[in-house]
Amino acid sequence: MMEAMEGSPAVLCRNLHKTYPGGVEAVRGLDLEIPRGECFGLLGPNGAGKTTTIEILEGLSAPTAGEVRILGLPWRGHEMDLRQRMGISLQETRLSEKLTVRETINLFAAFYARPRPVTEVLEEMALTEKVNAWVGKLSGGQRQRLAVATALVGNPELLFLDEPTTGLDPQSRHQLWDVIRRFQSAGGTVLLTTHYMEEAERLCDRVAIVDHGRIIALGSPGELIESFVGPHVVEFALNDAARALNWAQSLPGVQAARQADGIVQMNVREPHRAIPALIAALEREGLTLAYLSTRRASLEDVFVHLTGRHLREA
Amino acid sequence: MATEPRIEPLAPAAPAPSRLRYRRWASYTALLTVRMKELLREPEVIFWAFAFPLLLAIGLGIAFRQAPVEHVPVAVAAGPGSAHVAAALGGGRFQVSVLPAAQALDRFRLGAFDLVIVPANGGVTYRFDLARPESLLARSLADDALQAAAGRRNPLPAASRPFSEPGARYIDFLIPGLLGMNLMNSGMWLGFALVEMRQRKLLKRLVATPMRRADFLLALGSSRLLLMLLEVFLLLACGVWLFRMRVMGSWGAILILGVIGAIGFSAMGLLASARAEKIESASGIINLVTMPMWVFSGVFFSYERFPHAVLPLIRALPLTALNDALRAVILQGAPLASQGWQMLIVALWGGLAFLLALKWFRWT
Repeated sequence: MMEAMEGSPAVLCRNLHKTYPGGVEAVRGLDLEIPRGECFGLLGPNGAGKTTTIEILEGLSAPTAGEVRILGLPWRGHEMDLRQRMGISLQETRLSEKLTVRETINLFAAFYARPRPVTEVLEEMALTEKVNAWVGKLSGGQRQRLAVATALVGNPELLFLDEPTTGLDPQSRHQLWDVIRRFQSAGGTVLLTTHYMEEAERLCDRVAIVDHGRIIALGSPGELIESFVGPHVVEFALNDAARALNWAQSLPGVQAARQADGIVQMNVREPHRAIPALIAALEREGLTLAYLSTRRASLEDVFVHLTGRHLREA
Repeated sequence: MATEPRIEPLAPAAPAPSRLRYRRWASYTALLTVRMKELLREPEVIFWAFAFPLLLAIGLGIAFRQAPVEHVPVAVAAGPGSAHVAAALGGGRFQVSVLPAAQALDRFRLGAFDLVIVPANGGVTYRFDLARPESLLARSLADDALQAAAGRRNPLPAASRPFSEPGARYIDFLIPGLLGMNLMNSGMWLGFALVEMRQRKLLKRLVATPMRRADFLLALGSSRLLLMLLEVFLLLACGVWLFRMRVMGSWGAILILGVIGAIGFSAMGLLASARAEKIESASGIINLVTMPMWVFSGVFFSYERFPHAVLPLIRALPLTALNDALRAVILQGAPLASQGWQMLIVALWGGLAFLLALKWFRWT
């Protein structure tokens, strides 16, 4: 590699703001630094500013304020160079329906200085059988894979994927994860947005949780879970759902507890201490369990903890 | 609440790596190929660009073809002198029946005859219907024939020469008009296609690649020109083969007008699509622009029929100018140089539209 600014981060932005003409502040002071070779996930509910942020970073939308550097270069004056080195998959692009898969990929390949072999990309995206099919005849998952293929065919150093797996069946999703890992292991940098916490946990080295146009948490999935909610979640329900359970908060080994729809959810660091204590407390109060379950905490729990909302909710 | 950007100013020496050269020709040909394939796979395009004008030409050409000369059915009431009258009318355009007067009038009322002639006292009485033009015509023709047979001499010598040469028929007027209309429709239709691409976020996806926007527009324009060649050829071939139309001007001149028309109206289509987010709003704008020209610009009938006060306005419309130039070249064999004004009008509309489109066009 002989690119200038070799040592600079793949993506860098400082104090990013975007206010739309109607006065809606989609992004309100966002800082981000993604080193080369990292797979970074931007998480957040719909309307949190993820797509606005990624489109600013992609040079498709100008920020109201703030600075952006991609591969060490600002967009102004380096647009054509940066576009050569980036691959982009937008949310919900509907490619021309009357073109075949091969024609579509050939078109995108023609724009790049050093495209990858078209057949290789189609094979990687499991579209070989569909090369001669019209895009209009593809399933939703196949179209999504084609959209990612158009991002890969330019042989990019940096890949921006806006909700790449939305609407994919589990098999296609795993296929796409493999593609992203392979891209990353060859030295590429990935920035993706997703709704799926499992996807972010499996795929991303680091994630940022965005809400109301700001980053509210940043780190590796493990770090975030560890620092915000502890590694385990214990959930239980009682036969008598109406009873207040303020005491659950103060059980040994419990970091936090909350009650919703009759189910009590506790963030627990040490289940081996918390569960016996819970059983003992219930006996003392004369209560019986209707349901008890433990699971590993997820990013979803981090988000609920931070915002009181679920990620999939608008 | 904006804080000072914390990014250090970059060292100026960060040149783009030279090996990442944009392949302009490859991009352009790929865009053009794809565009042509898309167009030819779209049944609507085939219909509106090719079949529709041909069907219009054939339909209207047949409907308004020159009717063969028809016979004039005339009844002569039987009686003294009827044989003389029938003989005087015989041999020409008249189809003469000699019948009893009552029966002749009955059938006249049913429309079987245009005129009933009742001979009496060495002269004739014409029974005809003032409200029926063909009845008036029959009376006048019959009177001329009978007066001439009776020895009338015309004080003013007058000769008649019927005129129905190719070049002066309705179909000859129509085909250049349809050609102009087609150039307008296909060009404006480009705007439609662009709004669809914007709605699908395809424009945004394309500008996220290294593709140059100019190459995209150039490919669109080129595909429009290729299609234009087909459109012009098909319509004129239809006129020449089906209606024995004579193309008086040079094919080169017609082609140059085709190029100016296609590019000019494509630029207007581009402008119509500059901002619209939805197909519906684009279609409203495009109809607003094209509908008045369908009516005023002399596609189907001469715009000279409109009041003289508005003629300068009508002549300033791009389709009027294009139609006038096409008719002058195709029907009268006028040299291209004589159509400078008309070409300038189309070019001005197109040029202005293109400049505004560049300013307003939204890619993302």
